[in-house]
Amino acid sequence: MGKVFNRPEKGSIYLTRISKEIELIGINSIGIVVIISFFMGAVITLQTALNFDNPLIPKYLIGYAARESVILEFSSTIVGLILAGKIGSNIASEIGSMRITEQIDALEIMGVNSASYLILPKVSAAVIINPFLTMISMFVGIVGGYIICFSGALSPEDYLEGIHLYYNGFYIVYGLIKSAVFAFIITSVPAYYGYYVSGGALEVGRASTKAVVLSCILILLFNLLLTDLLLT
Amino acid sequence: MIEATNINKSFNDNHVLKDVTVFFEKGKINQIIGQSGMGKTVLLKSLVGLHEVDTGQINFDGRNFTAMSFMERKEIRKEIGMVFQGGALFDSLTIQENIKFPMDMFTNWSEEEKLDRVNFCLSKVNIPDTNKLFPSELSGGMQKRAAIARAISLNPRYLFCDEPNSGLDPITALIIDNLIREITIEFNITTVINTHDMNSVMEIGDKIIFIYQGYKWWEGNKNDIFTSDNKELNDFVFASELFKKVRDNHHK
Repeated sequence: MGKVFNRPEKGSIYLTRISKEIELIGINSIGIVVIISFFMGAVITLQTALNFDNPLIPKYLIGYAARESVILEFSSTIVGLILAGKIGSNIASEIGSMRITEQIDALEIMGVNSASYLILPKVSAAVIINPFLTMISMFVGIVGGYIICFSGALSPEDYLEGIHLYYNGFYIVYGLIKSAVFAFIITSVPAYYGYYVSGGALEVGRASTKAVVLSCILILLFNLLLTDLLLT
Repeated sequence: MIEATNINKSFNDNHVLKDVTVFFEKGKINQIIGQSGMGKTVLLKSLVGLHEVDTGQINFDGRNFTAMSFMERKEIRKEIGMVFQGGALFDSLTIQENIKFPMDMFTNWSEEEKLDRVNFCLSKVNIPDTNKLFPSELSGGMQKRAAIARAISLNPRYLFCDEPNSGLDPITALIIDNLIREITIEFNITTVINTHDMNSVMEIGDKIIFIYQGYKWWEGNKNDIFTSDNKELNDFVFASELFKKVRDNHHK
């Protein structure tokens, strides 16, 4: 870890690499985040509406419940878990392949701090871009819930009223903090597994699987810890 | 000159290098030979610091490499070029970007100067016009040449090659050998080659070090091989019928 956060050899090259990683990790993930978030928001709204069958409970609370679910939990955690699979396996296999084909040794021989050169831009890019992805996810999730209202489960007016109810800005901050922590996990854990892989293609595959599984477990664990720390 | 004295290296209980003392001369092709699994690659990787030696000392022109910190070693590593067995070109970069990489990292040259140097290196290894290609688009021999071009891009004082001929046909292997010899002489580099290709030894070897079961078993030049009575060396070098005939002809 110390090697990763050493002072970079040449700052301008690292900045270029960070911008490339932002594109790879962030921009290229927008599509999947939008799709997942839209359906997630729609399903949460639909399920909440189906379960709020007591006539004494105001219908606008469905919109409120959907908003809180999306902002507090789903946008950061579910998107984090999905990205752990997409980005995590990619990072572990990319760095692992570089290890077994001696490309990392080649960097070291040149006098380049390979851990810093390969891992730091990925971690930095993910920590920068993941909160933006989470914000997109929050917005699209809420829009998904609104659109499903036209299926008749709930009136769009009630949904919009619920969306505006008891707004607490810190909940968004909390979601963004979580997403930044998850971004660190889904890049650093696979990078570690890839960097220290030895053997051949089979070991790279195994390292990739292990990295994704551990990332998911750590996301769930830190989700609990951060919730306890920030909300209670 | 590179001096390695009393080098020992173990991996858990496996004692791979046993008190190896070798000197690699400047401007010459120094070849480490031996069977697979005898410690050649471990010795080569220990010399460049990819493996930390357990005991012993490695000096690069009098500079004690083993005693240096990570940051101090970086300065020496900038003087080292290395050609790996598989080329180890960065597969996400084009050939031009691969060769330019060390310049981007360690020089303040202008883009034009860097491109001039890239083209010079590519013409030196005789693969011009491959600038925009990716490593996967080149043949094995061309990848090795590109790897040599990258290794010499910053005018190294020391060139290490790990089995540069492996997987190549005899003609391409000969071209690579001659290329390494030409570069070594022209730039007065200390070149260390790890090989078990006896054609290469006979072609370009100035100084040959035979590693056997982790020990430096024998050293000499390519002519000494024919007169040596070292059994293990003879068993290794003259294992094939072809080389037995070469020896017999040499003795006639």
